[in-house]
Amino acid sequence: MDASAVIDTLTPLVPGAEFEAGTSVDFACLYVPVGRLVETCRALRDTPSLRFNVLTEVTAADYLPRNPRFEVVYHLLSIPNRSKLRVKVRVEDGGSVPTVQQVWPSAGWPEREVWDMFGIIVDGHTDLRRLLMPEDWEGHPQRKDYPVQIRKTPQTYEPLEVSEEEFRANLERDRVKRAH
Amino acid sequence: MAELRTETMTVNMGPQHPSTHGVLRLVLELDGEVIQSVIPTIGYLHTGIEKTAEQKKWQQVIPLVERMDYLGAQSNSLSYALCVEKLLGLEMPERVKNIRVLLAELQRLASHLVWLGTHAMEIGAVSMLFYALRERELLMNINELVAGFRFFPSYFRIGGLREDLPRGFHDAVNAFLERFPAKLDEYEGLLTKNDMFRRRTEGVGVLTEEQALAWGLVGPIARASGSDYDVRKYFPYCGYETYDFTVPTATEGDVFARYRVRVAEMRQSHRIASQAITRITPTGVWACDDPRVVPPPKDKVYTEMEALIQHFLIYSQGFTVPAGDAYVPIEGPRGEHGCYVVSDGTNRPWRVKMRPPSFVAIQALPSIVKGGLIADVVAVIGSTDVVMGDCDR
Repeated sequence: MDASAVIDTLTPLVPGAEFEAGTSVDFACLYVPVGRLVETCRALRDTPSLRFNVLTEVTAADYLPRNPRFEVVYHLLSIPNRSKLRVKVRVEDGGSVPTVQQVWPSAGWPEREVWDMFGIIVDGHTDLRRLLMPEDWEGHPQRKDYPVQIRKTPQTYEPLEVSEEEFRANLERDRVKRAH
Repeated sequence: MAELRTETMTVNMGPQHPSTHGVLRLVLELDGEVIQSVIPTIGYLHTGIEKTAEQKKWQQVIPLVERMDYLGAQSNSLSYALCVEKLLGLEMPERVKNIRVLLAELQRLASHLVWLGTHAMEIGAVSMLFYALRERELLMNINELVAGFRFFPSYFRIGGLREDLPRGFHDAVNAFLERFPAKLDEYEGLLTKNDMFRRRTEGVGVLTEEQALAWGLVGPIARASGSDYDVRKYFPYCGYETYDFTVPTATEGDVFARYRVRVAEMRQSHRIASQAITRITPTGVWACDDPRVVPPPKDKVYTEMEALIQHFLIYSQGFTVPAGDAYVPIEGPRGEHGCYVVSDGTNRPWRVKMRPPSFVAIQALPSIVKGGLIADVVAVIGSTDVVMGDCDR
């Protein structure tokens, strides 16, 4: 199933939305306006001729000098129709996408990862916290303007229980003990 | 009489718990011994492989991605290589495809053997681990023979394989394939009709097909719940459509069904590998015929100027890949293992993203174990076969 066939099926179901076929080398790719994403996803899941019942992955890519900067990518799989589809949404810097959790529950963690790694806010997400990075981390590592090598001092929520003097005293005591 | 104080208790499990497969941390809320809620915390093994890959040349990414899912190392590099080859528009020769199929199936066996050993050990059948690792050792030896590296062979390359098969490869593989079915019967003899094992696994962690697909658990977990989705059958790659094999399924959706599906999968992998080894000639072509990607043979490098220049260019600058993006899933040991690659037309990837099956499985963990007992958590984690390196990347 190519992108134009998907668009022909979707257009009457999501009135007023302007879909755009993307170029791809593997399977159909579709650009969806960010405001109609949830509606479109629901139509993609429930229409019998499309029936994309599995959301395999959500990710994003940062095309830095370009505007809008980000593309959020959803890979869909239809087991009954044996087809795959890539849905893309363009997002500006500081922009947001609606969550598709209520359509496919599997979107939960991948969307958290998109927030964690790219700083794209996911509106309506039930648990939008950092996932892979520590909760007190600054910045979003997968952005292209994020430095590759940085030095950060280790952060802990509580100071170490042993003071430096005690630590050195312990070392000295052990050293003396080992000598005998 | 004073009123009884009843409240739920919060217990931390991991990240150093031995049965959480590495560094998975679960915060369990318990009512007595019944689980009210589970909050998984991941990221302890996050090493930024996807970010690092953006700084490397295309071919240099292969050893990096192999370190994601470290038990099924070659399924990472296979999906990455297939993805880049899709962007380049390369078609592999038959022999390369067959070798890839053979090694991918042996990799699945190696991964499933570790799963079988650890899963059984965690729920009490400790000796299983020793038996399973005994056979896995032979597979590691085959890796060593092929690539000189047991765990992360990096033998699959964009454009084919690293080099031709070594001498003695067929003997080693045939010896393993001859030995394996009897050993698999031995494992089944220890577990399948074992009353204690069945009591720990039957009816535990039940997942319906609808739930499994809603959580995106395409792979052995969904197949144990009744789905027949297998990438090798639905979207064949590397010529899987020419092999004779079936996709084992079960309908119960519990831990025992997942066990039966994976053991049956091992028999099918053995069947595919036996077909593949007969198709592979001991020597022959081991890369595609594309001078953009594959360096020229050494004898030409020493005698021809153009070959020398091409050799120098490939090893110093690497090759460029046409701009675009591609997602190629393969059937890894843990389920659909996909790689999403974006190229901007230069000699380094713009974005490399793996679709990690373990990540998806841990996301669904709370819904599987809710209402069960603490002891069931261990059985369920074992049955989902998660690898934290794959999950955190």
